[in-house]
Amino acid sequence: MLINWYRFSSPVSFYPLAGSWSYLFGILAALLAGAGLFVALVAAPTDATQGDAYRIIYIHVPAAWMAMFIYLVMAGWSAFALGFNTRLSAMMAQALAPTGAMMAALALWTGAFWGRPTWGAYWAWDARMTSTLILLFLYLGIIALRHAIEDPRRADRACALLALVGAVNVPIIYFSVQWWNTLHQGSSISLTVAPKMALTMLLGILVMTAAAWCYTIAVTLARVQSIIVERERGAEWLDSLIHLEAAR
Amino acid sequence: MTASVELARSDTESSVIGAMSCALVRDVRVALRSKSELGVQLLFYVIVVTLFPLASSPSRDVLATIGPGVLWTSALLASLLSLPRLFASDFHDGTLEQIALSPRPLPALMSGKIAAHWVTTGLPVVMMAPLLGAQYALDGDALGTLGVSLLIGTPILSLLGAVGAALTLGARGGGSLLALLVLPLYVPVLIFGAGAVDAVRAGVSASAHLSLLGAGLLMALVAVPFAVSAAVRIALD
Repeated sequence: MLINWYRFSSPVSFYPLAGSWSYLFGILAALLAGAGLFVALVAAPTDATQGDAYRIIYIHVPAAWMAMFIYLVMAGWSAFALGFNTRLSAMMAQALAPTGAMMAALALWTGAFWGRPTWGAYWAWDARMTSTLILLFLYLGIIALRHAIEDPRRADRACALLALVGAVNVPIIYFSVQWWNTLHQGSSISLTVAPKMALTMLLGILVMTAAAWCYTIAVTLARVQSIIVERERGAEWLDSLIHLEAAR
Repeated sequence: MTASVELARSDTESSVIGAMSCALVRDVRVALRSKSELGVQLLFYVIVVTLFPLASSPSRDVLATIGPGVLWTSALLASLLSLPRLFASDFHDGTLEQIALSPRPLPALMSGKIAAHWVTTGLPVVMMAPLLGAQYALDGDALGTLGVSLLIGTPILSLLGAVGAALTLGARGGGSLLALLVLPLYVPVLIFGAGAVDAVRAGVSASAHLSLLGAGLLMALVAVPFAVSAAVRIALD
């Protein structure tokens, strides 16, 4: 079976697809999160050293992974947007940014709540925490630039360029922060969990990560739909689609 | 306006070096015509550096500990403050559009502009830093390393900042938006720059930090002019 993927680079044909996929992945995310939280809160054993406080990793770890991964995906869409000048790629990048920022903020927030009982401080200048904080700033910078430029097509390309510059910098920032940290205070605090993780714990994290993936896809596609509606308002296909849905 | 005429007149020798030096000379000349503005920017650096001992403690131990970080952070802020000058006035009077329309390669012209920005704003900071470092009880070796690290590091600040300055042309929010875009990108420069001075103070060689700064400078020199020209073209669109 051959699918013509180029067909979906047009907002007209992508809009209905985004709607149905958003719905599908939304349900999937709810189911996976339910299963994952059951494993996390009921099935998984209590950690020998950290007690029940460790259970926040089932939110924390997927959020931290998604924060980094979404930036990568956003930079990929931005490269498409600049290279091929496709409108939809830029809309995807725009739709991913708020979710990425939320995931970074969630990772920092849950990390603080995990840190307090386990190593006695809400915040330490650990390399990973610091680089996640800077990642959050990069997301917020892209969102702010988007809102500061009136013309949406110009904003598309400016944000795409900024995302690419940021993507080159993210590994440099990460390694510089890591090096700075080891030079300054040594690794007195280890963020790594017990070296041998129980199988159910790993399973819980994997299921929750899958849930975070599905959530991200669902939310992003829903957001792309609103962006399309906002930008294409007045377009004939959109008006007829809205009338069709209203009549139903 | 005279500069754009000059650019057009000499476009027969459309070499990269020629374009760079043309933009460099023109921007330095424009900057030198408002000397007080340059002076105010340098004064900003001096004053920010002066505030930290007042806010923390005049004890020599404390000052020597926070000194490298303070001097570097203030250099970051001074660079940030001077960034709008880079393109804003040329953008508003249409010169930037003329520059973009010229047959010379735009990345070369942008490198010249960025070089001029560094010569007029980064270099004075580099020359002032050892004097201010002495106020922070830094000794000879540390002062030398501070100067070298700023000499390698401040061009990176001008280069990275130019991307942010070009991207925010014509955008609302101005200075604070620029800070949000540019300061996170400055983080590695700050870490390696201040780290070099700290390393010397701890009795270790600063060569690793300085090499990394140098590598960053080379990378930025090659890549940034292209990113800046792309951003300028987006802004002029």
